[in-house]
Amino acid sequence: MAAEVAIDITKTFPGRLPISAVLTYRLEHATSLVLFGPSGSGKTTVLRSIAGLEWPERGTIRFISRTWLDTRSRIRVSPQERRIGYMPQDYALFPSYTVVGNIGYGLGELSSSDRKKRVDELVDLFQLRGFEDARPTELSGGQQQRVALARAVAPRPQLLLLDEPLSALDAPTRVRLRGELRSLLKQLALPSMIVTHDWTEALTLGDMIAVMGDGRVLQVGSPQDVFSRPKNADVAQIVGVETVIQGHVIEQANGLATVRVNGTTLRGLGSDEIGSSVFVCIRAEDVVLEQTGSGITSARNHLVGKVSTIIPHGVMVQVKIECGFPLVAMVTRGALEDLSLTVGSSVIAAMKAGAVHLVPRT
Amino acid sequence: MNWIAIGVTLKLATLTAVILLVIGMPIAYWVSFSRWRWKFLIESVVALPLVLPPTVLGFYILVAIGPHSPLGQLYTGIVGSPLPFTFQGLLFASILYSLPFAVQPFATAFDQVDRKLIEASWTLGASKLKTFFKLIIPLSTAGLVTGVVLSFAHTLGEFGVVLMVGGNIEGETRTVSIDIYDEVQALNYAGAGKTAFFLLVVSYAVLLMVYAVNRKVWAIWPQK
Repeated sequence: MAAEVAIDITKTFPGRLPISAVLTYRLEHATSLVLFGPSGSGKTTVLRSIAGLEWPERGTIRFISRTWLDTRSRIRVSPQERRIGYMPQDYALFPSYTVVGNIGYGLGELSSSDRKKRVDELVDLFQLRGFEDARPTELSGGQQQRVALARAVAPRPQLLLLDEPLSALDAPTRVRLRGELRSLLKQLALPSMIVTHDWTEALTLGDMIAVMGDGRVLQVGSPQDVFSRPKNADVAQIVGVETVIQGHVIEQANGLATVRVNGTTLRGLGSDEIGSSVFVCIRAEDVVLEQTGSGITSARNHLVGKVSTIIPHGVMVQVKIECGFPLVAMVTRGALEDLSLTVGSSVIAAMKAGAVHLVPRT
Repeated sequence: MNWIAIGVTLKLATLTAVILLVIGMPIAYWVSFSRWRWKFLIESVVALPLVLPPTVLGFYILVAIGPHSPLGQLYTGIVGSPLPFTFQGLLFASILYSLPFAVQPFATAFDQVDRKLIEASWTLGASKLKTFFKLIIPLSTAGLVTGVVLSFAHTLGEFGVVLMVGGNIEGETRTVSIDIYDEVQALNYAGAGKTAFFLLVVSYAVLLMVYAVNRKVWAIWPQK
């Protein structure tokens, strides 16, 4: 049988839309599936159901060759027996235990010397040396997150489940830890499922993204796929960023990074190191279209391209421009007429550096 | 001062408190964690001794453990002697009488343990029983101490139930409160005063302990 998680569940909470999620995820070494969607879309419920902490009224959850839940044949495998690592949103560290006590909590089956060895290994991996005897309340947000992750992975789970792993942190720490968390997950070499409502986190952490809305899984695909080619208007609205393309930083000066994307260069705000791989993310409404041959503007990016498609969206028009990579712009009908744009006409797409978001992708 | 009565009372209160710690924890766990819709029916039964006149409670216990009841007959069959007007009968009555004083603080303490911590423990492979001992109890110590101390203190002062179930047998069922009553009846105010003062001091000391624990005067580490 294929190494995959197959979920088909229905769960109702009083006064809310029923959650009815169908999702199959092929497990590979160290790959992360991000469940992405607005709050209330049911992503946490799906994660908790996989952990065995929520019991859907109807459905099945299969993990590799085991059935964890099958309401029809009354199979309900307890969370203890699922061998998963679960990290809740606010970490839920045990206040009555030290850092070492928290990490070793799930290692009850090991002999005390093996347990000590495993805890020691994790203290090093998660850079917690010197804090072994600290209580959770004495730690910073970032340290608490590392302890929670270390505790979850200590018993060598088969699957790691992270619920909004960064949302308990303040904004600057969150940005710093995004990349750190991804490299930790890669080092751990564990398949993981991560819930987030933040698109930058989804892009940083996910090898695959499942977009959820109104209790349903709407689209599953690679980050670029889901963001640049949303299956329908609902997905497009949820992701909110129309152009996502991979690039490399080639120049770096005073927080302004120059990025090479398919032979085109773009400038964006970001202090990523030269040579590092990034996702370049541009919202369609941040793209300004100009006629070729116009003068200098304050925008740092001027890309010459050709219009490839024009799709009306209510009062707005979505214009796709081929400028080394497909770029999506959203303009008004009036602007389109003033510029007299048709498919095939040349155009300049301009963006301020601040509208070019760089998401590190190591 | 009647040291024999004091001895009986302390023995009764200590045993009651210890037994209530053991049987009160599973009841409180159930009260705190059960999602059964009719849970309040049981909760009300547990709380009944709080509002019932001790004589009424004592009367029912007396009937329930009497030689004509199945419970009384069972006990007599096993032990060979009847339960009423013995220390064991009095202990049984005290446990029922002080049940809410143990169960309610225990349940409140269990209620305050964040369910997310419990869930985290489960996902780490700890069974419900293991989670109870490794996580819930350490986080509930203040409530457990409060429950034990309150049931001890409440047993110290019981009068109506003792009179109904235990009678007034020197060295067996004559507790401090009965002794004080006897002394007053015999117009020995000096004797009654001494014993009453002793009870006052003990009760005050016990309550001091409860409040100190709950204010975390002796807290060793900062708790959330």
